[in-house]
Amino acid sequence: MLTLSINRRARQLAVDARTTLLDALREHLGLPGTKKGCDHGQCGACTVHIDGRRVLSCLTLAVMAEGAEVTTIEGLGDPDHLHPMQAAFIKHDALQCGYCTPGQIMSACALLVEQPHPSLPQIREGMAGNLCRCGAYRGISAAIAEVAK
Amino acid sequence: MMPFTYRRAETVEDALALARVPGAKIIAGGTTLLDLMKEQVETPTQLIDLNHVPGIADVTLEGRDLRIGALVRNSDLAADAEVVRGWPLIAQALLAGASPQLRNMATVGGNLLQRTRCPYFRNVAFACNKRTPGAGCSALTGHHRGHAVLGTSDACIATHPSDMAVAMIAYDGDVRVIGAGGHRDIPLASFHLAPGATPDRETVLQPGELIVSVRIAASPIGSRASYLKVRDRASYEFALASAGVVLVIENDRITHARIGLGGVATVPWRAHAAEAALISKPATRAVFESAAQIAFAEARPRTDNAYKLELGRRTLVRALEHAREAV
Repeated sequence: MLTLSINRRARQLAVDARTTLLDALREHLGLPGTKKGCDHGQCGACTVHIDGRRVLSCLTLAVMAEGAEVTTIEGLGDPDHLHPMQAAFIKHDALQCGYCTPGQIMSACALLVEQPHPSLPQIREGMAGNLCRCGAYRGISAAIAEVAK
Repeated sequence: MMPFTYRRAETVEDALALARVPGAKIIAGGTTLLDLMKEQVETPTQLIDLNHVPGIADVTLEGRDLRIGALVRNSDLAADAEVVRGWPLIAQALLAGASPQLRNMATVGGNLLQRTRCPYFRNVAFACNKRTPGAGCSALTGHHRGHAVLGTSDACIATHPSDMAVAMIAYDGDVRVIGAGGHRDIPLASFHLAPGATPDRETVLQPGELIVSVRIAASPIGSRASYLKVRDRASYEFALASAGVVLVIENDRITHARIGLGGVATVPWRAHAAEAALISKPATRAVFESAAQIAFAEARPRTDNAYKLELGRRTLVRALEHAREAV
C-alpha cells in the first residue's frame, strides 16, 4: 500500500510499481484534471507540482512521489474560488479546446515563483515546455503577464 | 513497461549493493529512463531510486574548483550563483536544453548518462547496434538528418544529446564514480566512448559503478565564454549543432581556447586541433573561420546530414565571436 499526499490530503492506493503518478491521479484517485497528452515528457499537459516545483507526472512513478507533497490543478482552486491564474486564463481567452490548460496553469504558477516579474520573452521561454495545439499562446502569455503585475 | 521491483536506496553503499543485482538500473530524475521503459528500449527488472540518498545533491566550492553532486537538478545547477559567476557556459547550456519541468527533474549524473535521441534506437521495430549489438543500423540507410558527422563509425551515427556535457568539457574536470573497490576520477573528456564497433558501450562506467559527483576545474582568469545552440525551433529542441567555447584573450592574442561541440558528434566533442589553431592568434573572424574548418576536417557526412558541416562551422564561428565580445 502506497500513501501519497495529494493537495494536502493523504491518499492511499495499491498500485503496480509501473504506475506513473499521472495514471495514479487519473485512474486511481479520481483526479482527472491532470491531462495525459504525449505520455513521454514532450507536451507538458501532465504538469503538477511536487514540493512546489513543476514536474512532469508522466515521467514520475507514483512510488517515487511517496513522502512528497503533490499539487494538482484540483488543489489550486475550484469553480467558486478560482486561483488568480485560472481567472486570468478565462479573462484572456487563453484556451480553445482546454486540454493543455491544467498543465499550462500549473506551469504558469510555478514560473511566477521562479521569476516573479518575467518579461514577455521570459514568459514565452519559461512556458516552452507546455504545448498548445490550438495555438492559444497569445492569450496564455497575456494571462500570465497580468497575474505577474 | 515490463514489470520491475522498486527499491529506495538510503545510502550510496546501499545503492551499490542493490545495483549489483543483474537487471538492476539506477533511477534519479527518470526523464530518460522511464521514457525508454515505456518504449521497451529499457527493460530493467529492478529500479533503485537514488533520490533519497543524502550527500550527493550539493554544489560546493573545493578550493577554486566546483564540485557538483550527481543528484543536483539541472535547474538548480543553472541557477547556482557560483556557476553563473565562474562557469557561465554550464548555466547557458543547461538553460538551452529541455523545458523547465524536465530541468527540475533531470540530474547532473543522469544528464551525462542520457541516451541518444536517434529514432531508430528509440523504436524496437528497427535495427540498432546500440540497443542490440550486431543487429545493424537503420539510420545509415534511413532518415539521418539529425545524426552525427564526427566520431561516427559504420556501426553507429547517433548523436549524444547533452548540452550540459558539451559545456563541461570546455572546462577541465572529472567524473567521480564509486564502485565496490572504492572511488575513481575519470577525466570528463574521456568519460564518453565513441561508438566504434561497440556502440552499446557509451561510457567507461563499469557495471556496478555509480556517478557520485563531477569536479569542474576553476575557469581561467579573464576567460570569456559562450554557448550557442542551433535547432529547428527557438526553444525546447535538441541541437542540430552547438558550440561551447572558452577563450582568454591577452594583448590581442588568444592565450587559452577550449571548444566543445554538440549535436554533430557521437559524444560530447572536444575540438583539440581547432583549439590549437587559435593559440597565439588574434581573435579575428578569419582566424575563427580557419579554426572551424579544422574542427570539421575529419567529419564524415552522409546523404541527409552533410549540411551539418557548414552549419557546425558557422555555429562555432559565431560562438567564438560571442565569446570575444563577452565580459
